[in-house]
Amino acid sequence: MIDARDVSKSFGKLRVLDRLSLSIKPARITGLVGPNAAGKTTLAKIILGLTSPDAGTIEIAGTPVGPDESYRSRIGYMPQLARFPDNLSARELFSMLTDLRAPARDLDEELIERFSFEGALDKPIRVLSGGTRQKVNAVIAFLFAPDLLILDEPTAGLDPVSSGILKDKVLAEKSFGKTFLLTSHIMSELDELADDVAFINEGKVAFMGAVTELKKMTRQSSLERAIAEMMKRGAAA
Amino acid sequence: MKTTAKVAGYELRDVLRSRWLIGYSLFFLIVTDALFRFGGGGEKALLSLINVVLFLIPLVAIVFSTVYLYAAREFIELLLTQPIRRRQVFGGLYLGLALPLSLGFVAAVVIPFIVHDGIATARAGTFAALLITGIALTFIFTALAFLIVARTEDRLKGLGIAVGLWLFLAVLYDGLVLLLISIMADHPLERPLLALMLANPMDLARVGLLLQFDVAALLGYTGALMQKFFGRSMGVAVTSVAMASWILLPLLAGMRAFQKKDF
Repeated sequence: MIDARDVSKSFGKLRVLDRLSLSIKPARITGLVGPNAAGKTTLAKIILGLTSPDAGTIEIAGTPVGPDESYRSRIGYMPQLARFPDNLSARELFSMLTDLRAPARDLDEELIERFSFEGALDKPIRVLSGGTRQKVNAVIAFLFAPDLLILDEPTAGLDPVSSGILKDKVLAEKSFGKTFLLTSHIMSELDELADDVAFINEGKVAFMGAVTELKKMTRQSSLERAIAEMMKRGAAA
Repeated sequence: MKTTAKVAGYELRDVLRSRWLIGYSLFFLIVTDALFRFGGGGEKALLSLINVVLFLIPLVAIVFSTVYLYAAREFIELLLTQPIRRRQVFGGLYLGLALPLSLGFVAAVVIPFIVHDGIATARAGTFAALLITGIALTFIFTALAFLIVARTEDRLKGLGIAVGLWLFLAVLYDGLVLLLISIMADHPLERPLLALMLANPMDLARVGLLLQFDVAALLGYTGALMQKFFGRSMGVAVTSVAMASWILLPLLAGMRAFQKKDF
């Protein structure tokens, strides 16, 4: 679904991605992990076209990421920090994005029903709590039934019930063939959801493969310990 | 083009509900009303309004736009992840800010003008010139705000540049021009002074307006030069073209920076 080849990106003197190559399989959930400042967010932003790479190419299902914006109609994105125009309501925001995307498929409004928003959708977003905004954020990512979903710390700020609803939704959509790229600092969450792990360190892919394989390789029973083991090895090398 | 209009439309709804915009319009409404009430005839009220327009509009346009754009950073990112072009996002954001700001100003000036029967006491041409200049200044300083925000990552620094630019153009610039005149008193200064006036949109707007009002006493040195050099109607044409370039150049530079920017 995502094919990155030799992607490099520097900010000033800081080399964030260093000839990174990565292949993400369709209909699977891939957890993107790595130490802080390893280049996870930069990679996600390059896939989304927010940041342009210095070198290398990325293809989404065969379409190169580049000046032609149409590939983004297949992507749903849930950013880590959700801030929307203060004086619009969530419902206005949904209709704005629907207007802009002119989706070919039916809207997926399941999350609107499952999260109990009650009257919150018609209030100005400025008065909503952080958790409610995060729910709005999740609704937007799934709304246009995209083939690829990029979720950045999706459960941050959500209560356990909402977090469970979101995870159920992720697993259900995967079973319908959707591809997920997920970052989270909660390893137990990735353990629960992810099929594959892409471990990024110092701008390169240090490990890419199934979660079970990583556990076997590091001889650890949980993803958290397996990743910690990888980081230790990275530091030792 | 359609997408640009959609982005602009929704943003316009957001900006029109902003308390700052409402406060700005109310301020203009009260000032205009007061000038009509106490300032005598319509033409005089308009003349007094010139100074408010010249100083306040650039300040509000550049500060409001800068603050709005920095606050909308995550929302702009969300827009950019949609299948639409950056150019469309940029155009929509620009119109979505410049239009409601212009609208707020026009409504706040037109309402008292009609209420106090300004049509009878002032010439329609000068009133139109005041409105057009106010709108042009809004578009110019909103464009400058886009350029600043697209090129400056740090919010505080960006806001500092915006306020500093306004202070420079509104206050320091004229002082520097006067200094130049007094130092270079022995040299012919007509052409360099005209160039300096064209290089400051606020000076340009003032001279353009005063030419329109035809009040020689208020024209000042540069204004008198303008009249001498180009004559009145040609002077208005030159200032109009210069104002239009003042909208287009920062806007194009801002668009280029926005298209290359890493979010």
